[in-house]
Amino acid sequence: MAEPKARLRVFRGTEEAGDFQTYDVETYPGMVVLDAIHDIQAKQAPDLAVRWNCKAGRCGSCSAEINGKPRLLCMTRMSAFPEGEPITVTPMRAFPIIKDLVTDVSWNFEMAKKIPPFKPRPRDADGHWRMQQMDIDRIQEFRKCIECFLCQDVCHVVRDHQKKEAFSGPRFLIHLATLDMHPLDTLDRRDMIKQDFGVGYCNITKCCTEVCPEHITITDNGIIPLKERVADDHYDPVRWLLRKFTGNPRPNKVPAQPTEAGKTADLSGTHRVDGGHGNKGKP
Amino acid sequence: MAGNYETHEHDVIIIGAGGAGLRAAIEASSMGLSVGLVCKSLLGKAHTVMAEGGVAAALGNVEPKDNWKVHFRDTMKGGRYLNQWRMAQLHAMEAPDRVNELEEWGALFDRTPDGRILQRNFGGHKYPRLAHVGDRTGLEMIRTLQQHGIHTGMKVYMECTVTRLLKAGDAVSGAFGYWRESGRFVVFRAKAIVLATGGIGRAFKINSNSWECTGDGQALAYLAGAELMDMEFMQFHPTGMVWPPSVRGTLITEGVRGEGGTLRNKDQKRIMFDYIHPLYANETAPTEEEADRWLALSTSGQMDKNVRRTPDLLPRDIVARAIHAEVKAGRGSPHGGVFLDIATRRTAADIKRKLPAMYHQFKELGDVDITKEPMEVGPTAHYTMGGIRVDPETQQSRVKGLFAAGECAAGMHGANRLGGNSLSDLLVFGRIAGLHAGRYAKEQTNLPSLDAGEIQDASQEALAPFNRHEGPNPFQLHEELKDTMQTHVGIIRTEEDLSEGLRQLENLKERSRTIRIDGNRHYNSGWHETIDMRNLLIVSEAMARAALLRKESRGAHARDDFPETDKEHFAKVNIVSRLHGSTMEVAEIDLPPVPAEIKKVLEEE
Ligand SMILES: Cc1cc2nc3c(=O)[nH]c(=O)nc-3n(C[C@H](O)[C@H](O)[C@H](O)COP(=O)(O)OP(=O)(O)OC[C@H]3O[C@@H](n4cnc5c(N)ncnc54)[C@H](O)[C@@H]3O)c2cc1C
Ligand code: SF4
Ligand code: SF4
Ligand code: FES
Repeated sequence: MAEPKARLRVFRGTEEAGDFQTYDVETYPGMVVLDAIHDIQAKQAPDLAVRWNCKAGRCGSCSAEINGKPRLLCMTRMSAFPEGEPITVTPMRAFPIIKDLVTDVSWNFEMAKKIPPFKPRPRDADGHWRMQQMDIDRIQEFRKCIECFLCQDVCHVVRDHQKKEAFSGPRFLIHLATLDMHPLDTLDRRDMIKQDFGVGYCNITKCCTEVCPEHITITDNGIIPLKERVADDHYDPVRWLLRKFTGNPRPNKVPAQPTEAGKTADLSGTHRVDGGHGNKGKP
Repeated sequence: MAGNYETHEHDVIIIGAGGAGLRAAIEASSMGLSVGLVCKSLLGKAHTVMAEGGVAAALGNVEPKDNWKVHFRDTMKGGRYLNQWRMAQLHAMEAPDRVNELEEWGALFDRTPDGRILQRNFGGHKYPRLAHVGDRTGLEMIRTLQQHGIHTGMKVYMECTVTRLLKAGDAVSGAFGYWRESGRFVVFRAKAIVLATGGIGRAFKINSNSWECTGDGQALAYLAGAELMDMEFMQFHPTGMVWPPSVRGTLITEGVRGEGGTLRNKDQKRIMFDYIHPLYANETAPTEEEADRWLALSTSGQMDKNVRRTPDLLPRDIVARAIHAEVKAGRGSPHGGVFLDIATRRTAADIKRKLPAMYHQFKELGDVDITKEPMEVGPTAHYTMGGIRVDPETQQSRVKGLFAAGECAAGMHGANRLGGNSLSDLLVFGRIAGLHAGRYAKEQTNLPSLDAGEIQDASQEALAPFNRHEGPNPFQLHEELKDTMQTHVGIIRTEEDLSEGLRQLENLKERSRTIRIDGNRHYNSGWHETIDMRNLLIVSEAMARAALLRKESRGAHARDDFPETDKEHFAKVNIVSRLHGSTMEVAEIDLPPVPAEIKKVLEEE
């Protein structure tokens, strides 16, 4: 019994030049778009470039756009699309294309480096740290982030306005929120959140929350509270006074300095090195 | 054409950025050394992100009676006493510190009612011992190490694949590789190298592993003159998804059984009571009634010494073989597995809170609501107990300056790994490998010299497939390899099967030398697959040869023609494979003797 066929239109090419190629694949029960891409690789286009690791929605490698919507290739079932209509697969739009479905996401790694790391208060006398489950439920939600960068891809501040210098994007705002709400952490990163990571640019359209494959309520639970805390600090007169006299509105926290990060990793060897993707000639 | 490469110099190069590699890199960096961390994928994407159930450490937070000795005993017993005792001891002693350290670096484990790190039950662990974060412990671990690590000054080379180790005399001098993106070559010159490249699951058709698990580190070390050990011990995790076909093999965490899930056959009968191994008879509930009482007590945080645990939590080798036997006897589920039922055991709210990733995985990929229906499960190739033979104290291999840690190293787990003991293995031995590689590097006054001939050979080897005009497709060949391993070197083995498997591997090896590649070097998936094939073939051969030599059944290694565990001969040997000329030599070596004071620990209670 021949299985039904599906047709895919896949972007093939680089940042400089590219085109759509059409491929027909045989489908089977439960098939996901990544299976179809692998089938194309195995039988029709072995040099087709795609990132993936886990095929279980856990590593966040296989991000792309399917019919224009940012999604994980491995968590999108073929049966979700109307039969007979071609499925269009393109690389994430917010990042430079390396080849085919693979994009250069190194900007995200640079952002991560700028965030001053976790700095806990001392342990309790018996060597433990006590935290109630209730108090960490919310940040555990943020820590589900698989760094697929789909939220970064869909955020119009990053994507259309190209504010990559001034705005860290939703993924790193929730990372900052995690640190800010961590019961053990002692650093106050709020000045940085406003100035260096640009929380003010976010206008709460919630597009990021909609595409998050981990169903993290990025905006409501992460960014809005962060905005409130930053606003509190800067505009609340009581806090303002407290700040003026004590220099610190949150006595258990000390202001973070951008240099707090200390030595950071050199990720320059990652991409774009040595002409990067410019190597088009045969070996 | 070979002359074209860039060179980077470091004191220590770590190959692999999973839990083991990151922990090693953090340690070596903290010694003030220049450290390069190389990985095939992006940072934070390594296979370790997939780990679910937890990290084993005798913190004693839930059961105060727990301590390193109990953990050590459980580990040795799980490994059927073929573990390197010293590694199992170091592991059990140091795991709690490593878990606490993660918390210091920002990890957020689930909490006990009094606010400490919560621990859950897992197969083969006597007490609830696994620190966890729902069912995404690996992600928490790698994110923590990654975020801590990027502030330690190391240099990270992402999407960069090492294809050869380089040597100066009998010591390592560096590594040769290529950038995934451009296909260009890169040479790392270093005083010491740590391999932390993970497992080999992608040698099997049904497996739970990420694309990276192609045995690279094992093959790199083997080609450089190190030994592989215990390769016959391939763990088949009992519960992989069996339906739909597109996700066949994807793991269902043992945490499901830890939270009360039970295994049933098509007649709804609970199967595990028929498969209680004598080694575990004393501590396992023989009846459903007692098993259920145990569950009720353990999920409410109470313990009663007189109530024994459910056989659903027997070690993996036992459960995997039980499922295999049920299916073979015609009592399996519609798609060739058995049922794993949590729906009737816990409330929907509990399931969603305790096993959120499992809930979503089944909902989104299998269209199954696990709070209402049972899952269909079957064994899946999961973990390699075998790997690079290392010195238990330092993690150094037989090659000077070459260290290994994590899943690519052997010795810690013996014939069968207990769940949760891998994540702790990564932390404990990642640190030890980083520390000793660092010390070794400090002892070397100069960077070793590179051999131009070796570099030339490595680049020719890598480029060869581009120069052929005809030949098989690498993806097709990989499928054939997976079929061969699944059929002939799988969960139950015989001499006949293994010999046939070796014949087929030989044939595949020949054909792999003729693979042809289209396109150019720029992010070329087919080319990368070809390079992985060399490594997969080496580790597959080592596995089949060792399995042929071990004429007994023990742990993860089951021989239909030798169903008994041999207490005389094979109880006392490990099996190593090494390169001899151009062929693979397999040999038995004696297990290191267990000192009297350790014997005493093993015999206690
Ligand atoms: C689904 C699943 C669930 C699991 N759950 C648990 C659990 O709950 N508890 C537990 O203890 N264990 C669990 N395990 C096992 C555990 O996850 C692995 O054993 C462990 O993560 C291996 O870590 P590692 O650091 O050794 O290697 P990996 O995490 O596999 O990392 C390997 C690294 O090496 C790099 N690499 C490989 N080859 C090369 C090369 N040629 N050049 C450069 N870089 C290279 C890769 O890019 C990667 O960075 C689970 C495994 C699976 C599959
Ligand atoms: S809510 Fe904010 S961060 Fe999210 S997409 Fe909109 S602007 Fe971007
Ligand atoms: S927050 Fe969600 S969408 Fe954004 S990177 Fe993390 S998992 Fe992806
Ligand atoms: S491959 Fe890991 S998320 Fe898709």
